Amino acid sequence: MNILVCIKQVPDPGGRFMPNAAATWFDDAGLVFRMNDCDEYAVEEALRLKELLGGTPEVTVLSVGPMRVVETIRKALAMGCDRGVHIDDPEASERDPWQIASMIAGHAMNRTYDLIFTGMQSEDRGSAQVGVLVAEKLGVSCVSGIMAFEWSDHSVTVERELEGGIRGIARLKSPALLTCQQGLNIPRYPTLPNIMKSKKKEISVLRPEEVGVDASLSSVAGFRHHERKNAGRILEGEVGQIADQVVAMLDAKTKVLRRGGAR
Amino acid sequence: MKLLLVGESRDGRLPGEVLELFGFADVLGAETSMVLVGSPDVLPLFSGRLYLADIRLYGEYNPEVHKRLVLKAIDQERPDAVVFLHSSYGWDLAPRVAAAMKVAQVSAVTGIDGEGFTVDSCNGKMRRTVKPSTSSFVLTLQPGAFPALRISGIPEIIPIDADQATRVEYIGSRKPEAGVDLSRATVIVSAGRGIGKQEHLDLVRDLASVLGGEIGASRPVVDAGWLQRSLQVGTTGQTVSPELYVACGISGAIQHVAGMRGAGFVLAVNTDRDAPIGDVADLLVVADIVQFLPALTSRIKAWQASGF
Ligand SMILES: Cc1cc2nc3c(=O)[nH]c(=O)nc-3n(C[C@H](O)[C@H](O)[C@H](O)COP(=O)(O)OP(=O)(O)OC[C@H]3O[C@@H](n4cnc5c(N)ncnc54)[C@H](O)[C@@H]3O)c2cc1C
Repeated sequence: MNILVCIKQVPDPGGRFMPNAAATWFDDAGLVFRMNDCDEYAVEEALRLKELLGGTPEVTVLSVGPMRVVETIRKALAMGCDRGVHIDDPEASERDPWQIASMIAGHAMNRTYDLIFTGMQSEDRGSAQVGVLVAEKLGVSCVSGIMAFEWSDHSVTVERELEGGIRGIARLKSPALLTCQQGLNIPRYPTLPNIMKSKKKEISVLRPEEVGVDASLSSVAGFRHHERKNAGRILEGEVGQIADQVVAMLDAKTKVLRRGGAR
Repeated sequence: MKLLLVGESRDGRLPGEVLELFGFADVLGAETSMVLVGSPDVLPLFSGRLYLADIRLYGEYNPEVHKRLVLKAIDQERPDAVVFLHSSYGWDLAPRVAAAMKVAQVSAVTGIDGEGFTVDSCNGKMRRTVKPSTSSFVLTLQPGAFPALRISGIPEIIPIDADQATRVEYIGSRKPEAGVDLSRATVIVSAGRGIGKQEHLDLVRDLASVLGGEIGASRPVVDAGWLQRSLQVGTTGQTVSPELYVACGISGAIQHVAGMRGAGFVLAVNTDRDAPIGDVADLLVVADIVQFLPALTSRIKAWQASGF
């Protein structure tokens, strides 16, 4: 049995973003990169299934991006994935979801993956398209945004999350692609022995031309700061002084202090 | 401009956000039709063509079959754009339709910018304009971004059908576990990922307690198992409207804000001055919750002890 997990490297959202010269995306400078949040759940779910099946499935982790994404592939290997595939594409951030999906599908087309896990969406782009597009391109069945996963002899039962926390339950057969939502499981931390082991694991490097890239269907312009409405006030400085100001404001603008005290 | 809006049914009803599809069409001054897998008893009101498939036959979540139904309507209508909500229904179905049409999709649209569409990036800190280069395209609209437009009229109903074969079998749905009903709370103090570790929940609890309020959470805190799922505020959690909402270490992602927008007064505590929560906060305190929350709690206690 073969499992593919698709992961993306994203900047930590706490960083300061500056547009690149063409204003199509951010400049990398000064940003800290890590694995996309949803993708950690995808990796974890694949590893849990591997363990459940006595370690027999081979778990491949794939990432499209420039050289720096190797570090994130290494993290997935340290978590327990068996081998890595790096589609080394310095232009990745300029590609649209359709193109990214075409590269992943181009790789997966020639293998027989029984299951593909992806994150539901990335934190930086948030298109929620790539996973579903890969499934469509491969012609495999797909459910997006899963919060529970159960495997029983090539039959998969999943719960997808709906508005208001309602769960929809669906069943499908492998081959299948599932996009994973935050909260699906609790992702593990790599252990030291596994980090050591992962250094010997193989990462195959492919160029975009080798897997095939479709032409783009959309273009991006005007990557910019989200101009804050700044509806309210901002307080900075010594915490004790700020706390006094906050108490005064809460007293002036709300009745909660008086009511809270009465309880 | 000709739009085909894709309506949706939730629990046998048309969710209120469907009106935002009409609001979007209105902003564009577009000619509109709609495709809906729904109940013939609950129809959207507008004057235009409504391609209707009966939900009793085609189900609420049945993406492979719904894709065929939407494509049928597209075939007859030949719209310039097919517009979904960026909802659990829309984000699942839209890429399937876009893939079948081999056209561009722009997700979670929050605005219109010339020939392109504005979308949030980097957890709401940045935005960008995406311009489809295909002659027709697919959009999903961020709920809450466009005005809900209640229009009137009686649609012209065009029944549609499709092959019912599917590889995804829908079994049913289950409601979230019941818990504290936050919708009635007057004060909610919510913990976000920025609290750093589970032990710091005590700082949040202490503040909630002096204010006589409830504790709430953003999604990562629940995902980590620090608090029960029923305390989550946001699109996939509870919708709240307290008199005071305190966001502790919460960045203000659109899905969180959707659940607390109705709060009377919003106090945010965040180390990042640029965090998107600043958009909705009446007061943004730029500080570490570990230092600030105890300071605030003790000030409030002192204030209360002083007999106001
Ligand atoms: C389909 C879907 C549905 C979702 N539904 C929901 C939902 O219902 N509810 C929800 O909350 N989210 C939901 N999310 C997730 C949402 O997109 C965000 O990921 C989430 O809200 C982020 O939570 P957060 O603000 O706690 O964490 P982060 O975004 O990681 O923010 C942490 C914040 O804490 C600040 N911080 C860090 N350290 C400190 C410190 N020491 N003191 C003070 N501040 C600090 C940081 O500056 C940052 O702003 C959903 C996502 C999707 C895709």
